[in-house]
Amino acid sequence: MCIVLRMSIGQTFLGLLEATPRHGYDIKRRYDEHFGHARPVAYGQVYATLSRLLRGGLVEVEAVEPGEGPDRKRYAITEAGVTDVAQWLARPEQPEPYLQSVLYTKVVLALLTGRQAAELLDVQRAEHLRLMRDLTRRKRDGDLAEQLICDHALFHLEADLRWLELTTARLDELAAQVRR
Amino acid sequence: MSAPLLVAEGLYRRFGETVALVDAALRIDEGEVVAVLGSSGSGKSTLLHCLAGIVRPDRGRIVFDGQDLVTMSDARRSALRRDAFGFVFQFGQLVPELTCLENVALPLRLARVPRRAAEQRAGQWLERLEVTEVAGKRPGEVSGGQGQRVAVARALVTRPRVIFADEPTGALDSLNGERVMRLLTEAARDTGAAVVLVTHEARVAAYSDREVVVRDGRTRNLEVAA
Repeated sequence: MCIVLRMSIGQTFLGLLEATPRHGYDIKRRYDEHFGHARPVAYGQVYATLSRLLRGGLVEVEAVEPGEGPDRKRYAITEAGVTDVAQWLARPEQPEPYLQSVLYTKVVLALLTGRQAAELLDVQRAEHLRLMRDLTRRKRDGDLAEQLICDHALFHLEADLRWLELTTARLDELAAQVRR
Repeated sequence: MSAPLLVAEGLYRRFGETVALVDAALRIDEGEVVAVLGSSGSGKSTLLHCLAGIVRPDRGRIVFDGQDLVTMSDARRSALRRDAFGFVFQFGQLVPELTCLENVALPLRLARVPRRAAEQRAGQWLERLEVTEVAGKRPGEVSGGQGQRVAVARALVTRPRVIFADEPTGALDSLNGERVMRLLTEAARDTGAAVVLVTHEARVAAYSDREVVVRDGRTRNLEVAA
């Protein structure tokens, strides 16, 4: 499960660099430890992101150390980088409105075409519950970070299930409305 | 396939004008955790009460380990509930005058186990449920989460074949609810007990092996499409 969106990898790297300058390898290691979980960040993405931050003046190369292979660069955050990460942390994330529901569309189409909408909702419910069971098992065997990540997903799935239940309870009403 | 531990078929039950169950069915195998999901008034608690021999259905068949619960005498049903079933309810339902240790030991005392042996086993279950610190306290002196863990210990102390849990986390916050569910399902799996878990919360149901939904008194098994 990737928990850091592509768009915020840059700020995450800046946050990791704020405590201390690091080599690219060290940034990857720390990132994977805290946020990578089932999907570690690729080396290519690490260096592409650092290049972007470098071009933007948000990080700088503090030292270049010769090694057996290519030279190792140590990256440090700049003042502009500290400001950028501080602004990102302080800015609330936009709550997802979830207004474009594929499920709602399927339910309405099922009703319009005379299919079993309740059946469709039950199949979806079973799929949600299966995933919730998997996450609950994963949570049971995981450390605190894993537990919190799984909880986040579980609460969202539970919200979906409440909607499925409510919609099931209102199917007759919805059917009368869409067939009008 | 081996015979199910508990099987119910064609259950019908009404209370006055209200029909609570219509052709409800459920089967549970040894050691299985089955969640019964449904909204308020769906009939899920009535189903649990029928399965546990608390309420007799108007029609239908309930067989536990080869014994027919519907035609069984009241005395035999009471004995079965005491010896083979364990119960956890939403609000613990502990005896307020007894200490938590005495509450857990109570089912054993009713089964004529000597006090000392009963309290020793009760103490072990309190430890298992991570709640030894409340052994000498009365239910009114402990938190909701602690009280519910005491209730789970009491349900397990006789090593029942089936545990009936009716909204066991309904009065708890998320963190305490999770702890109760983790301890309840782990202990049940270790002892081989089956669990019938009635809940309206999907996160609680996720601790089960499979789910059955009750809607307007009818049961429906949820199966994931292949």
